[in-house]
Amino acid sequence: MEGSRLVISLSPHIRDKDTTQKIMFTVVLALIPVWAAATYFFGFNSIRLVLLSSITAVAAEAVIMVIRRQPVTAVLDGSALVTGMLLGLSLPPSLPSWMAVLGAVVAIVVGKQVFGGLGSNPFNPALVGRAFLVASFSKAMTTWTAPFTDTVTAATPLINQNAVSYSELFFGTTAGSLGETSALAILLGGIFLFYRGVLDYRIPVGFLGSAAVLMFLFGEDPIFHLLSGSLLLGAVFMATDMVTTPITPKGRWIFGIGCGVILVLIRLWGSLPEGLTYSILLMNAATPLINRWTRPRIFGQGVKTHE
Amino acid sequence: MLLKTFPRGGSDIPQRKEATKNKAIAVCPAPKRAVISVNQHIGTPCEPVVDVGDSVKIGQKIGESAAYISAPIHASVSGEVVGIEDYTVLDGTKARCIVIENDGLEQLYAGESSDYTKMSPQQIVLVIKDAGIVGMGGAGFPTHVKLSPAKPVDTVIINGAECEPYLTCDHRLMVQQPAAIIDGLKAMMKALGAKRGIIGIENNKPDAVKIMKNMADISADISVVPLKVKYPQGAEKQLIKAVLEREVPSGCLPAEVGCIVSNVHTAVSVTEAINQGIGLYQRVLTVSGSLIHDPRNVLVRIGTPIKQVIDFCGGMIKPPPVVIAGGPMTGKPIVDLSAPVVKCLSGILVLREDEIDFERNDPCIRCARCVDSCPIGLQPNFLADLCEKGLIETAEDYHIMDCIECGLCSFICPAYRGLCNSIKKGKTALKMKKSVG
Repeated sequence: MEGSRLVISLSPHIRDKDTTQKIMFTVVLALIPVWAAATYFFGFNSIRLVLLSSITAVAAEAVIMVIRRQPVTAVLDGSALVTGMLLGLSLPPSLPSWMAVLGAVVAIVVGKQVFGGLGSNPFNPALVGRAFLVASFSKAMTTWTAPFTDTVTAATPLINQNAVSYSELFFGTTAGSLGETSALAILLGGIFLFYRGVLDYRIPVGFLGSAAVLMFLFGEDPIFHLLSGSLLLGAVFMATDMVTTPITPKGRWIFGIGCGVILVLIRLWGSLPEGLTYSILLMNAATPLINRWTRPRIFGQGVKTHE
Repeated sequence: MLLKTFPRGGSDIPQRKEATKNKAIAVCPAPKRAVISVNQHIGTPCEPVVDVGDSVKIGQKIGESAAYISAPIHASVSGEVVGIEDYTVLDGTKARCIVIENDGLEQLYAGESSDYTKMSPQQIVLVIKDAGIVGMGGAGFPTHVKLSPAKPVDTVIINGAECEPYLTCDHRLMVQQPAAIIDGLKAMMKALGAKRGIIGIENNKPDAVKIMKNMADISADISVVPLKVKYPQGAEKQLIKAVLEREVPSGCLPAEVGCIVSNVHTAVSVTEAINQGIGLYQRVLTVSGSLIHDPRNVLVRIGTPIKQVIDFCGGMIKPPPVVIAGGPMTGKPIVDLSAPVVKCLSGILVLREDEIDFERNDPCIRCARCVDSCPIGLQPNFLADLCEKGLIETAEDYHIMDCIECGLCSFICPAYRGLCNSIKKGKTALKMKKSVG
């Protein structure tokens, strides 16, 4: 036709404008209030650890992409940045810099790239990095400083339960890992994620709900447990990682509730004060099975014919 | 009032109907040469019943098949048959076509005009069969086959959802020819002995809902159901579920639950066939998209070259464009603008290349948006993966054959994966394997 060329496209010819990159940077945005709160309470340590962890994660991803002969531009999808920020925010303020760097390398290399990179990892990479650090440097990973200081060591509320009020826990003026202390900042980020359609409510609701109910049944203060430790940070930002959680609606409920059950078991009877990391990692391991068990009903299956 | 819709999955998608929804249907001049494909329907292609040199009139039968699942074809211009030859059709393949040189006399074939109220059910089906009427929403399934179901049918549903973006031809027909739709519906009800008629319309066409309701009020057995705007509301089984609360069992036809679904345009064509007694020779389609100078709804003769229809709408703004037959969700690319219009072509879209979201196949991040939006309840990411790996038997266990190919999984995928295309390929492979045994 008049020498004009027609361009061929396969249906659907139009697509939703939301992309992987937009989803990842939405999570980054949602983490900004958490990071801001951490910086307010813990000062330079927050900037130091989160920046180091993030930069290392992105750099490690880039190096691996080169080794795998994949386009390095893949790091622009933002997934490594999310991993790095989450790991950084889960670290105690006084942690040595080199440990944060090592943790970020392990998160990306062992937690993600050995499985084939984005989308292929069974476990949440940030939590793999964190679990590695806890196992290797348990002393440094359980030494916390009080807010507004960087030398005075303090116990987290989970160990020293009676020392803090609900409002301190809610606003975050307690000892703890960088991003976990301020429930307010985490909720702000979570609401933003939900509003943007990036967060499925089933996992955090199932997680927090089951943890609260179980704690109540075992005679503990459920509100204290919801607000203390890294439960809220994990339930909103880590247990909701799309890659490592079920793809079925029913499966997400099971995942969330399962996380809550394991967390309570570890907090009440385990040798660790906090059970968040392992509760999510264990449920990550169960995700393929959950997907298999919770396949949605197929339209037109098992229905009777008319009359 | 809570609008009806299907319960599972589905999603909002862009509408983009503003450019044409308020434009009255314009009549595209008849082509100098009509190129009429022998294969415009699902089923056996027609054999020509005319020879080169024969003179034919508008609506005269020029091809048919003895096979049951087939639909005859008719001349769309009066003039001389100048060729029966292979011609490039919409999908770029060659198909046998009957070429008629238009003599410009516009002579109509002398058909026997009748009235459905005075016809027997068998006569109605016969007239519809002879007129070559097929599903004009895009599927092209012969209507007379639908009207001869294996099970009793109590309800005929007219599909006025028109859930594909851009397309407004059904909308305009409902606004401009409501009486013809009601008559076509009643004729089909009579042919089937059905007691009830329902017209389902997505609620983004309030004028159509109002007009059809006014028309339908004349008779108590026909109702108009406004539907929530949700893709794929116009998919047959989703529409039945929405308006009737009946669920067609997997692998079955709608007659299994006592209903059939027919497109708005099909109903209009049924009325025209009965009233004029001649074959289907023209249809309304929407010509739209950012590269069309004057987007509009046009009445076009079957066999008109796509190029001529586009030129009638002011032509294209600047090539190279992407030209799509049908809507952007399920429409196929047009590879040759000399290809002729066929019975089931509901739209011609001409879009800029940068408006098209091509497949990128970034890694799946298991966000599960495809699972959440699948109207069938499939796991498209998983199925597509199985198909890519050639594990089509496993895919069958996961109900791949229930996929209705609406394209929503690919649409919604943030990694821009070609989920639906992988699944389509897997379905084709599975069918091939089964037919080989």
